[in-house]
Amino acid sequence: MAILVTPQTKVLVQGITGSFGARHAQLSIEYGTQVVAGVTPGKGGQTFQHLGVSVPIFDTVAEAVKQTGATASAVFVPPPFAADAILEGVDAGLDLVVAITEGIPVRDMISVKRGMAGSRTRLIGPNCPGLVTPGEGPDSKGGCRIGIAPGYIHKKGHIGVVSRSGTLTYEAVYQLTSRGVGQSTCVGIGGDPVNGTSHLDVIQMFMADPDTHGIIMIGEIGGSAEEEAAEWIARHGTKPVAGFIAGATAPPGRRMGHAGAIVSGGKGTAEAKITAFKAAGIGIAATPSDMADTLLKMMK
Amino acid sequence: MNIHEYQAKQLLKQYGVAVPPGEPCTSVDGARAIAEKLFGSGQKLLVIKSQIHAGGRGKGTFKHGFQGGVKLAKSVADAVSLAENMLGKTLVTKQTGPDGRVVSTILVAGAESIKREFYLAVLLDRANSRPLIMASIEGGVEIEEVAEKTPEKIIKEWVDPAVGLQAYQTRKIAQGLGLKGDLFNQACKLIAGVYKTWWECDASMVEINPLAIVETPEGKEVIVCVDAKIGLDDNALYRHKDILAMRDLAEESPLEVEASKFSLNYIKLDGNIACLVNGAGLAMSTMDIIQHFGGSPANFLDVGGGASKEQVSAAFKIILTDPSVKGILVNIFGGIMDCNVIATGIVEAVKETGLTLPLVVRLEGNNVAAGKQTLASSGLTLITGDSMADAAQKVVKAVRN
Repeated sequence: MAILVTPQTKVLVQGITGSFGARHAQLSIEYGTQVVAGVTPGKGGQTFQHLGVSVPIFDTVAEAVKQTGATASAVFVPPPFAADAILEGVDAGLDLVVAITEGIPVRDMISVKRGMAGSRTRLIGPNCPGLVTPGEGPDSKGGCRIGIAPGYIHKKGHIGVVSRSGTLTYEAVYQLTSRGVGQSTCVGIGGDPVNGTSHLDVIQMFMADPDTHGIIMIGEIGGSAEEEAAEWIARHGTKPVAGFIAGATAPPGRRMGHAGAIVSGGKGTAEAKITAFKAAGIGIAATPSDMADTLLKMMK
Repeated sequence: MNIHEYQAKQLLKQYGVAVPPGEPCTSVDGARAIAEKLFGSGQKLLVIKSQIHAGGRGKGTFKHGFQGGVKLAKSVADAVSLAENMLGKTLVTKQTGPDGRVVSTILVAGAESIKREFYLAVLLDRANSRPLIMASIEGGVEIEEVAEKTPEKIIKEWVDPAVGLQAYQTRKIAQGLGLKGDLFNQACKLIAGVYKTWWECDASMVEINPLAIVETPEGKEVIVCVDAKIGLDDNALYRHKDILAMRDLAEESPLEVEASKFSLNYIKLDGNIACLVNGAGLAMSTMDIIQHFGGSPANFLDVGGGASKEQVSAAFKIILTDPSVKGILVNIFGGIMDCNVIATGIVEAVKETGLTLPLVVRLEGNNVAAGKQTLASSGLTLITGDSMADAAQKVVKAVRN
């Protein structure tokens, strides 16, 4: 089953004619993802061609949805226009909007989050690698890849991965695949302080998904989203969860690359998060090299 | 981005927030002129405040032995003497580290007598993605301490971004601070202005500590921002050219400024093992794993998800500028980017910089076999690591030897 997306999910790409959006639209097509539409205002009527696949481009998301039946979107629009792009996807009634864009002002995201409250749309990101539900083909092809994650490191299986960091997600996925263990869905929720989907949201979906048998949850300093997820797991968790928190050595008051990775006023420390994980019975990976092994040991 | 106190007060003033009368200056003559003007307008006491981006100024010590980065002046002569002792001198506080910061600007302002102190701040509440106004009757002290010991003394008011701050919310806060009459109305206006500053300037934090009731030279009680701190959202600076112009590069680490020119995210730390990594999460955890195996990271360095050869080369040069570095760990998980391109970049950078320090490289991902081959046939004496743990252990060992 997987969560959020399946190989049948019809995906549109907002910003498909930009170099970043185009490159990753190509990679998703190569992965076997159903990329059915592109949206670039002013370029409606053109097509995006790759490997014999012809993707129609529309001026608006609403038109793209009407013509193609797309239900999910990948947003590759530059930061000043990204909030508008996300809300356009919400207005068009998409199930899922995945905002890859890094560098969206916090104030824009505060407004977006409030603006989409009560809508049917789930937002993943921004500033995230997106998500992958691996397929059954070679190098997990035939799956659904929305975003920028490398598809080939995945393998279809039963572990769910959720993380605020892109490369740490890849590290965990790679460790699992190298050990012959596949994934149900891998979700990068992004490194910004205001994001659409939290660790807890994804954990709840994994717990409810019969196809997911174990979970790797990767967090980092800043905020308290990991603690909230841990608290819920302590009460309602039914599957083994292994966790890793990045940033134990980060100096307080400094933003560590991600806009949301900051310890401020003594809040959001790695120590507090690890303590919360332990209290919830989450297996702690002592180093990022141990993420997969920590979970696999728990599942034996 | 952070700005100086005097700049924060300029912004607040633009949004109708009351601040004590005063002006910044960069010379002793400037200080004399401002002091004469302020005393001439009826001020009885002035305060001379060193402008650096670090807290603890009042209790700081200048390297030439002068005590205190914030001092009172009773006369123009006092103000001049204080300006002479501060301008161009290096102030060390508990937040600057032993190197301290050179004071190139001072704020000369009226020091009206403080009757009561409060705390006021606007920030993002990450738990519900809404702006949060925090106020307390405990002003002039660390708010974290208040939150820990007497959380009931903190007033919190969340703003619904759909409708913005409502006037009744400012009244709730003013009442919570125990204000009455004219001061109550003044506080409401001030709180609204501080919030507006936060929202319209795309601030990450506006902190007024202390907010104070002071007595003006005319004997009137008013509520003003005695100190002010503003942090800005870097991602929003593109739409605030006026605020961007307030950036003071002298307050930033030269290496971090240099790195930012190449879109590299570099933060200097105290250790001796440098790291070069792609991705913020991986970069943080590379520092963590170095420490886990008994080493000490010299920096955080994220070359980004799609690092180029030029960036790798620039990254090496920046790392090697730090004299405490005794070894380097390169940790690249090349998801989409070609590991061979990165390997070629590493080889070129090592040759270009004439690197003699131990270098451990862990490469994984796309086209990794070719990348490893490039490293192996380069003739360089670098050490390869198979996993993050293996690489970290090897670099820690190499630095010990």
